[in-house]
Amino acid sequence: MNIEEINHLAKLSGLELNPEQTKQISKELENILSLVDELQSVDTSGVEPLFHPIAVIEALQQALRPDEVIEGNNRMSNMLSAPAVDEGLYLVPKVIE
Amino acid sequence: MNWHEKSLFELSQAISAKEVSSVELTQYFLKRISQYKGLNAFLDVQEDLSLRDAHFADELIAKGQAGPLMGIPVAHKDVFVTKDWKSTAASKILENYLSPFDARVVERLGVRGAGMVCLGKTNMDEFAMGSSNENSAYGPALNPWNMKYVSGGSSGGSAVAVAAGLTPIATGTDTGGSIRQPAAFCGITGIKPTYGSVSRYGMIAYASSLDQAGPMGKSAADCGLMLNAICGHDQRDSTSLRREPGNYLRLLGKNWSEKGQLPLQGLRIGIPEEYFAQGLQEEVGRSVRAALKQFEDLGATCIPVSLPKTKLSIPVYYVLAPAEASSNLSRYDGVRFGYRAKDYKDLTQMYERTRSEGFGAEVKRRILIGTYVLSQGYYDAYYLQAQKIRRIIAQDFQTAFTTCDVLMGPVAPQVAWKVGEKSKDPVEMYLEDIYTLSPNLAGLPAMSIPCGMSTDNLPIGLQIIGNYFSEAQMIQIADHYQRVSTWHQLAPSSPVISSGGAL
Repeated sequence: MNIEEINHLAKLSGLELNPEQTKQISKELENILSLVDELQSVDTSGVEPLFHPIAVIEALQQALRPDEVIEGNNRMSNMLSAPAVDEGLYLVPKVIE
Repeated sequence: MNWHEKSLFELSQAISAKEVSSVELTQYFLKRISQYKGLNAFLDVQEDLSLRDAHFADELIAKGQAGPLMGIPVAHKDVFVTKDWKSTAASKILENYLSPFDARVVERLGVRGAGMVCLGKTNMDEFAMGSSNENSAYGPALNPWNMKYVSGGSSGGSAVAVAAGLTPIATGTDTGGSIRQPAAFCGITGIKPTYGSVSRYGMIAYASSLDQAGPMGKSAADCGLMLNAICGHDQRDSTSLRREPGNYLRLLGKNWSEKGQLPLQGLRIGIPEEYFAQGLQEEVGRSVRAALKQFEDLGATCIPVSLPKTKLSIPVYYVLAPAEASSNLSRYDGVRFGYRAKDYKDLTQMYERTRSEGFGAEVKRRILIGTYVLSQGYYDAYYLQAQKIRRIIAQDFQTAFTTCDVLMGPVAPQVAWKVGEKSKDPVEMYLEDIYTLSPNLAGLPAMSIPCGMSTDNLPIGLQIIGNYFSEAQMIQIADHYQRVSTWHQLAPSSPVISSGGAL
């Protein structure tokens, strides 16, 4: 994986890597990818992907619950651990000039 | 009284008989926690809050409202969110995070549920990613049998807390072995239940289709007692099964077959040949085989079986888990909770720097891998292909279960390794998960029970893998073994604990 690819991947992942980390990670990712490349050796034609393991033994339906309010307004406690708030709003750097 | 040597049943009896109060028990264990701080098993302890809960439990006990867990202390893995204790998932990005609510598991076990008193939050690998606890942002929990060795991961802190007698029992979570492997490394019993049995509501997500919570305790019976309290449908978790869990202790002490003379007569134990292949440490293999011999003495029959895709569980897991993690961890952006970088020029840079500074190396690696395998052009080759092989792995188990009732083998290829010994190469560490990953991929229940000690005096674990919803049978089987063996009763001697000091 070249430096450009790693930088693109970091961008997609919302991560910032310095040049030294990029080099290090490029090597590590290559090792991990060569480990997972073994997957390509298996013939899976006709096999359906398994997303919920219990689906192997029983059909599962999408779980639905009644669409009703089950909790009150917890705005203050929800914001308790936010790094920057003001009068019930989350503060972020200016987005629109 | 040595309360830390007692089973949950003995503690419950002592509470009912008024030999000890919940407050006294809580004080007893809080004292041990502070005495053995060097083990680094706990990330947050709030003595006054624990005692507040204990007083509440004592009031209920006085009123005669005592269930079997009422007033007994418990420690929670820091992956469960709690209102009163910090919830960090051992990550810097959630440093000082206080949840506005309790996880369903915490709520069910707490003083307003089963009546257990929370002692605090236990150490773990950051976001449950790791097999040695060395990925904790707050330093590793250390193995109480020898503090130079790792405790295993990711639920290392819970395993250490139980093994060192800092809590009677603890909660853990298992995505690829995170309950079973630290249980094996520390010489305790742990169960990962069938996927969907325990609510994931309030469990900080790692890989949602694999994560499952379970008990970590001193015996199979103790774990069953906790399982009774935590299993059951929860409409706030969309993967929670609508199924009556039943009493997990209902078969305890009963013979496997009514007609059998011996306790486990008629039980067919499948021995997967792949679990004894190259790479298994000799003395681990020897202890596991000795345990199997003991099961035969109890009346069981061992049958060779094959799980041909065992080796592939590693690449399948290391595609699926990072893929799900990269999505789950996108919520940490420095806006709504936790850490925010100090220095940035715009919103995008704030996100990126917050995440780069807040996440540890292993978490970043898995986010990058996960993003890669989900990205355009690679999704079919990696993610979809892995989900297909996952089905083959799950079907291989069903084929094996046509000839046997349970499967047994080692939990890990070797005993605990030295702190720092493997942390250089991530792939080397991934390979250690070979025996524990496939039950998660298939969603099967699996447990670890102590079955021996190495020449270096480190515990060895036996893995029992059951078919879906067979936890009661697994507990019955494990309990029969624990009635005739003493490995689960061994405890690290205090001098080993106190001579080490914090690293």
